[in-house]
Amino acid sequence: MASTQEIQAGLGEILEEVAGVTPADATPEKSFTEDLDVDSLSMVEIATAVEDKFGVAIPDDELGNIKTVGDAISFIEKNQG
Amino acid sequence: MSTSTSDVVVTGLGATTPLGGDVASTWEALLAGRSGVSRITDDWAKEYPAQLVARMASDPVEQLDRVRARRLDRSQQAAVVAAQQAWEDSGAAQLDVAPERIAVVFGTGIGGALTLLGQDDILEEKGPKRVSPFTIPMLMPNGPAAAVGLAIGAKGGVHAPVSACASGAEAVRWGLDLLRFDRADVVLVGGTEACIHPLPMAGFAAMRAMSTRNDEPGRASRPFDKARDGFVLGEGSAALVLERADSATSRGATVYARVAGAGATADGYDLVAPHPEGEGAARAIGAALRDAGLSPSDVGHVNAHATSTPVGDTAEAAAIRSSIGEHVLVTATKSQTGHLLGAAGALESVFTILALRDQIVPATANLDDPDDDAAVQALDIVRTEPRKASFSAAVNDSFGFGGHNIALVFTTA
Repeated sequence: MASTQEIQAGLGEILEEVAGVTPADATPEKSFTEDLDVDSLSMVEIATAVEDKFGVAIPDDELGNIKTVGDAISFIEKNQG
Repeated sequence: MSTSTSDVVVTGLGATTPLGGDVASTWEALLAGRSGVSRITDDWAKEYPAQLVARMASDPVEQLDRVRARRLDRSQQAAVVAAQQAWEDSGAAQLDVAPERIAVVFGTGIGGALTLLGQDDILEEKGPKRVSPFTIPMLMPNGPAAAVGLAIGAKGGVHAPVSACASGAEAVRWGLDLLRFDRADVVLVGGTEACIHPLPMAGFAAMRAMSTRNDEPGRASRPFDKARDGFVLGEGSAALVLERADSATSRGATVYARVAGAGATADGYDLVAPHPEGEGAARAIGAALRDAGLSPSDVGHVNAHATSTPVGDTAEAAAIRSSIGEHVLVTATKSQTGHLLGAAGALESVFTILALRDQIVPATANLDDPDDDAAVQALDIVRTEPRKASFSAAVNDSFGFGGHNIALVFTTA
């Protein structure tokens, strides 16, 4: 089980790789679309990378509810393991 | 030469090719007689009859933002690199042209084959959920044109001619028409290709269209030579900025050349084999000369399509001889660049324009022993070293599987 810090750090790496987000900018309150300029196709890539890294699949209907980095961290925390 | 408001000129050039990462290095390597061809060292190629390719000298990824590059197919990366060079070269970026008056015409022969095949591998290995959400925009054949349009902020129409190896030349013709019909004030045109992969290599090899001279990469592409045995697959992109002469002159732009005319025909003969006498090709050249208001005797140089296939080169020689005559200085630059398919017509337009500017005709490499064919024997094909000459009009021929023939006429600025 990854800790919150580990999840945040891992998510930061994914965001940097997929969307060029500076890791320091990937803080929990940030909105993917409004603050980090991550588009809908990149969100699909991020979901795939999250599944690879944390073993947590994000169904399409859940993906729409994940608006912020914090939302993603919580979802991964709740569903891992 | 007189100019009218419908005269169209070239004000910017860009290219990334097997000979260099930009126009200057490519042109220098061409005149120096260097070859862009190498043998594939990957394991998969060992079983292949044809193992030669002409890869881009500079990886386009290194010239693009990393995140942007990963969302573009390699053919699109090359297109954006060449287009940005041409755009900067023209100085059009500093112009106050409304985005709605800027158009793009960018062709490709094959499209995003590397993406299609790479994602198919992922589909087979990992299943449909792992296929990239960028698959479709990366493989669609209008993808390069769209990526270029975004890169330069064009909103006046983005078009993608697809006519195999004539695509790049067709883009130039289309751009000429857009300006003549006043559909735009500036048009960025070009072609791109990047499909070096086992499947296209196997497909072309199955057609017996590729050179199997695997032990002599630099000597494999030998248009018009008696010992030619097929083309060498190349990759890269070239781009040109076109605008009307009056606006280019009034803004003080550097004018490379005039796009004086274009002709397009179809062979109506066979899906892939060229008409043996080059009937459709000759009609395209004739139409281009009429469009330019020139006679055959005005033409001093032809950059031939000449891919180094046994049938294609003799058919083209017959077409050049019948439509222009025996006085022109002919060159076949694919002898050094390989065949860039959908980018070929754009790259060879760049070469034709630079030949006009510098008054020099590049040599056809590897033409040791010209074919016995009567037309090949009759033509003055420049070989051994580039030849200085005085000429004010030059023709670029491009032909594509499907029977597409495009001829472009350029004249000195």
